[in-house]
Amino acid sequence: MEDINYNGNKPILQLKSVSVAYSPDRKAVNEVSADIYPNTITAIMGPSGCGKSTLLRAINRMHDLYPSVKTTGEILLKGKNVLQMNPIEVRRMAGMVFQQPNPFPTMSIYDNVLAGYSLNGIRLNKQEKDRIVEQSLVSVALWDEVKDVMTKRGSFLSGGQQQRLCIARTLALKPELLLMDEPTSALDPISTNKIEELLLNLKSKYTILIVTHNMSQAARISDNSMFMYLGDLIEYGNTRHMFTKPRNKKTEEYLTGVFG
Amino acid sequence: MKDNLFKALLFTAAVSVLLLTAGIIYALVGSASEAFGEYGFFGFITNSEWDPRSATEEYGAFSFVVGTLFTASFALLICLLFSLPVALFTGEYFKGTKISSLVGSVVNLLAGIPSIVYGLWGFYTIRPLVVDMGINSQGFGIFTASLVLAIMIIPYASSLSGEFLSMVPDKLKEGAYSMGATRIEVIQHISLPVAGSGIVAAYILALGRALGETMAVTMLIGNTNHLPKGLADTGNTMASIIANQFGEADGLKLSALIAIGLLLFIITAIINFIAKLVMKHLSRV
Repeated sequence: MEDINYNGNKPILQLKSVSVAYSPDRKAVNEVSADIYPNTITAIMGPSGCGKSTLLRAINRMHDLYPSVKTTGEILLKGKNVLQMNPIEVRRMAGMVFQQPNPFPTMSIYDNVLAGYSLNGIRLNKQEKDRIVEQSLVSVALWDEVKDVMTKRGSFLSGGQQQRLCIARTLALKPELLLMDEPTSALDPISTNKIEELLLNLKSKYTILIVTHNMSQAARISDNSMFMYLGDLIEYGNTRHMFTKPRNKKTEEYLTGVFG
Repeated sequence: MKDNLFKALLFTAAVSVLLLTAGIIYALVGSASEAFGEYGFFGFITNSEWDPRSATEEYGAFSFVVGTLFTASFALLICLLFSLPVALFTGEYFKGTKISSLVGSVVNLLAGIPSIVYGLWGFYTIRPLVVDMGINSQGFGIFTASLVLAIMIIPYASSLSGEFLSMVPDKLKEGAYSMGATRIEVIQHISLPVAGSGIVAAYILALGRALGETMAVTMLIGNTNHLPKGLADTGNTMASIIANQFGEADGLKLSALIAIGLLLFIITAIINFIAKLVMKHLSRV
């Protein structure tokens, strides 16, 4: 793993022997260890059921919502163990974007961007609100498209716009880390393209961890890649190296389409 | 050939039901017309006098309309205090668990208890309690009737609103949790607003049930033909005055009772129509 792109920075997120079990005899993620560096895009690849989404959701403690799921090991976000922090604090630091765009249907576009604040009971004045909404929507390149329809419901937008709205909503909370769970799998190629461009732009400010089962997407946008198989982290390294010269036989088989 | 016969059969059945409904309305309107003719439609519903003595005979429905709305809305208020927590319990907190379906079935069991049994229970159990509470000396009245009525409509309100709460998509809730919302915040800002119109519809339907409920109310409300002055006062609802007086009524009085029946039918139909409209709005979201 000596070839990882890290720009001379210290890791922002460290996974140390992270395991996730849905039941005592069913481990979905098995002793995964990896360091994630700031201002990089790290792709997590692997066939369906390999545990990539499960690993991602362990990082912002989404598994807490389902009491039977147990996460063990250490997840250090800026040096603090996520598993011992207040999950609410963790989730504000690590924003998540889901597979299906999920804007809140009862809220306007404007209120959707501010949902993180209103949900947490944080009061803002009108100026702050306007500023946050504009900044967040500009950063996902949605501002020009929606600035005249702010009061319309979030579900009024197209799928790709909805997903950018969801990213804006996450960015509004100024997270340290963006966790993206196959954010383009429900979108058409043009919207996918826009989101990929957006992620490359966001890299300068955020650290992005993206689960994808689209290999070419991983190749296009990520600095580093993880390949997971049956809950194990098989290989983690520089994306370019991994795609040209994978070290592991399984990775090679996956990348060449022997299975997937 | 067989197909055509079947079609004709279905058509006949459908038309018969339509005719039957029209027939009921026709009969009600026909029999009520004497009272409406005597006092005028608005005169009849706004007059609170109900005096069957032949010398001073006069009939108005206002006391009973007020009695009905008063009893039903107070019952709805009490019902809300129990059914919303039950709905959140079954549709949100313990959604899909054994305890949730157990609570759901037990609550639904309440809907299966016959009205007359509620009446008896109210008469022998709740009424003495109301006397002990010092609300009124006999224990009859709007308060007692509403209390029992509230319990009767809990299953209607809670099972339907629980159903709507459980239909709130997980992806919305997860979206809110992922931004650091607590469970209460998710319920307050996501689940309740998203299921909102469904929940409102559930309560409107429960209100519709409460308006037409007869037996238990008649046994508990005190059956006095005046405008109720408050919760502790006795009164009559539209259904209970009919149940009490139809046996010895004839002429104008019978027509007045039927007119009250027609009014009750109209009010309930409007309530159900509103509930349908609200639900239609929900399916668009």
